[in-house]
Amino acid sequence: MTWRKNQKLIVDPIACQAHGLCAELLPEMISLDDWGYPIVAPGVVPPQLSAHARRAVAACPTLALHLVPVSDGAHTPPINSGQKRIR
Amino acid sequence: MIVAAVNSKELWYLTRGSGLMALVLLTASVVLGVSQIGRLSAPSMPRFVVAGLHRNVSLLAVVFLGIHIATAVADPFAPISAVDSVVPFVGSYRPVWLGLGAVATDLLLALVLTSLLRYRIGYRTWRALHWAAYACWPVAVWHGLGTGSDSRVGWVQAIYVACSAAVLVSLGWRLTTRWSASDVAQRTLAALGAALVTVGLTAWALQGPLRPGWAKRAGTPTNLLGGSTSPASTTTTPSRG
Repeated sequence: MTWRKNQKLIVDPIACQAHGLCAELLPEMISLDDWGYPIVAPGVVPPQLSAHARRAVAACPTLALHLVPVSDGAHTPPINSGQKRIR
Repeated sequence: MIVAAVNSKELWYLTRGSGLMALVLLTASVVLGVSQIGRLSAPSMPRFVVAGLHRNVSLLAVVFLGIHIATAVADPFAPISAVDSVVPFVGSYRPVWLGLGAVATDLLLALVLTSLLRYRIGYRTWRALHWAAYACWPVAVWHGLGTGSDSRVGWVQAIYVACSAAVLVSLGWRLTTRWSASDVAQRTLAALGAALVTVGLTAWALQGPLRPGWAKRAGTPTNLLGGSTSPASTTTTPSRG
């Protein structure tokens, strides 16, 4: 298994349909707001949670949850900037 | 090898049994998939469990389909080639009904492959392709009833009825929950389609495979018909199975 350090979770707010599987699978980092949409804990995913985070990403029915490298800017997908604005 | 070691009658029974198992698993998969998209959950059955079951039951259905096909091809009784299992309507053994099985197989493989590659394909495309599940299931049932050597056996019919009831109930639930004005037309159309398919399949089954003499009308090669060599006949020699 490749060791990837410094990843963070982001939600694509357009794709998310509040299914809530992510919060079931990763309650350590994801809680749901009153409408069922995820609130993701900011910052790097701790190594002991990275497997759970990957599982939550894979379980999202609408592919709205992403693990992205915490960046120096270059590798961050454009989706990230949208996410920052929403928050 | 293994195939040679196994008596051909056992292969033939394995074909039929694994086909029925695949139907039951496909039914479970459809019901779980519908529950998932309809956001069904319970304290003892959270969403991720429904999702995981849907995935794993579907993969298990593929395994049983693999056994179903492999044994049907390996079995020397019915002249079924590997090509017949994926290319519809070209075989010599009950071509139409076997062809429907090939169609269902192709659809199921497409469903599984696109789901495994969901990230590459993208959500919208995947979702559109996944609608094929609603075609795959009835085509599989049609194949089962049409090819099935067991369509006139009581407990097999009970399985068909139970599976159909399960799918229809879940579909009915799906079409009546989370009602919004925007999708009335779509849902009415879906309900009409489901009703039409149900009535059509039932009427056809009553006219066709549920009546005597279907084996001949289904397009079984004549040299395989009749007498104790027929796989449909219940006269079996006690065997190792």
